Amino acid sequence: MSFDKSGQLSYDDFAAWIRRYAGVIADNKQYLTDLDAAIGDADHGINMDRGFQAVLPKLDAQTPGDVGAMLKVVGSTLISTVGGASGPLYGTFFLQFGIATAGQSSVGLEQLLKGLDAAISAMQRLGKAEPGDKTLLDALIPARDALRRASEDGEQPAKALSAAVDAADEGMRATIPLVARKGRASYLGDRSAGHQDPGATSVDLLIRAARDQWAG
Amino acid sequence: MKKLINAPDRVVDEALAGMAAAHSDLIRVEPPNIVVRKDAPRRGKVGVISGGGSGHEPMHGGFVGLGMLDAACPGAVFTSPVPDQMQAATKAVDGGAGVLHIVKNYTGDIMNFDLAAQLAEAEGIQVKSVVIADDVAVKDSLYTAGRRGVGGTVLAEKIVGGCAESGANLDTVTAMCQRVQDNVRSMGMALTSCTLPSVGKPTFDLGDDEMEIGIGIHGEPGRSRMKIATADQIVEMLMTPILEDLPFKSGDRVLAFVNGMGGTPLIELYVVYNAVASMLKGKGITVARNLVGSYITSLDMAGCSISLLKLDDEMTRFWDAPVHTPALRWGL
Ligand SMILES: Nc1ncnc2c1ncn2[C@@H]1O[C@H](COP(=O)(O)OP(=O)(O)OP(=O)(O)O)[C@@H](O)[C@H]1O
Ligand SMILES: [Mg+2]
Repeated sequence: MSFDKSGQLSYDDFAAWIRRYAGVIADNKQYLTDLDAAIGDADHGINMDRGFQAVLPKLDAQTPGDVGAMLKVVGSTLISTVGGASGPLYGTFFLQFGIATAGQSSVGLEQLLKGLDAAISAMQRLGKAEPGDKTLLDALIPARDALRRASEDGEQPAKALSAAVDAADEGMRATIPLVARKGRASYLGDRSAGHQDPGATSVDLLIRAARDQWAG
Repeated sequence: MKKLINAPDRVVDEALAGMAAAHSDLIRVEPPNIVVRKDAPRRGKVGVISGGGSGHEPMHGGFVGLGMLDAACPGAVFTSPVPDQMQAATKAVDGGAGVLHIVKNYTGDIMNFDLAAQLAEAEGIQVKSVVIADDVAVKDSLYTAGRRGVGGTVLAEKIVGGCAESGANLDTVTAMCQRVQDNVRSMGMALTSCTLPSVGKPTFDLGDDEMEIGIGIHGEPGRSRMKIATADQIVEMLMTPILEDLPFKSGDRVLAFVNGMGGTPLIELYVVYNAVASMLKGKGITVARNLVGSYITSLDMAGCSISLLKLDDEMTRFWDAPVHTPALRWGL
């Protein structure tokens, strides 16, 4: 399953992405929690896993077709089950992505970017974080920007996704030296430097799951 | 990890079921995991709710009852509750006079309460929120998420609960909560880490001869780590930043609250209180009221926190007002 000849992703592609990510989160539950123990409260992997395990049966119950409707269900399920900072943020991500793709049975790069734009601005309205604050946005925004550049350069979708993964990787690693200005990690002041942000790490895994699923 | 549990992922649910069974005269527990005062909603009374991660017992569920909270929303251990809980709690306690949300200043709590307040307001319930941010260990600057909500929350819930019980309207109850927030300062310390049931190992490593000053209630590292000192020296280290911050001055009347973090025996809390009381006396500050015990805990962490609230007559009256909850009871 991946992009079709006209560069479109189907409902099944999106559902497979979410399922794959649920598996990735389960596999990395401990890793994400350990990262959060260093600069937060040791629950990020547990929070995310609780949410995505709740998403799986909702996906099974969903009538295939409308990509946006499915993503909205993912978002509201996360808001209702995750808690913490990541629940409202990831929930808002999928909810806004779903609103931007409502009624569509296939989604191309252009709509993907529109969805990401809507999702990121809503997450910033809610969490009031800026790039460089050492949050999940530090992986998400560079990934979106790289995807846009590649798409504008006329790259194939698969190539564009790889560029997004590279940018997310880089953004995630770039959180290591940063001093956190948002979230729990900010309580540490300078002591938050030297640790990778857990949220940026789970976002990196999200972008990777998309690349692996759609362009693997 | 040695804990009295059946399974890590059942701890919160089973503890809530246990609370409901133990205190059925005061509270009821309803889906989606909310603790509600037995006789809620009370017609014409402002509802007061709070919530936050579990693991801080008796806060908040233990403070539901007459004269304190109308409902509490416990999240997973150390994780903010979800908006559905606050929305349900708001509906369950609304007696037509509106509902106050007492929110501790953590990013997750702020965002989840925010989403819930929007949902409740969309259903026609008037909601106000006050954020408690009393931990002086955190620098209050534009470059942090701001001070954490800690011990002051317990005092706010009692005083605001008394105010709401007296029949005050939503604006008055909200202003009272803000007044407590504006006049309370706290700081804590840890002798040991805590262990989350779901993690199974200590959140951080602290040597046998070390302590952490300025610890948060989730084991967030504090201001500094150092060699263990005497109780008197530790009290000095916690009290100095607290006293300087408000600042508290000679002639002030205060409520002094010495809180245990969960793993410290009461005998040590009294040693701490003794040092607090004599230090305040030396500064000409009158301890008009006090509270000593483990009320806002951090699972099995050993350590304590100190909160000082500068009292006025009205706050004192609402502190003294009758309260009957699983964890606090006086006046009836
Ligand atoms: N204001 C914010 N904007 C964007 N992302 C944020 C913000 N605050 C925190 N985050 C992200 O959330 C991640 C932590 O998520 P987690 O699931 O551990 O929630 P939490 O902060 O521990 O919540 P809680 O305190 O309720 O447990 C951080 O690594 C960071 O990437
Ligand atoms: Mg966390």
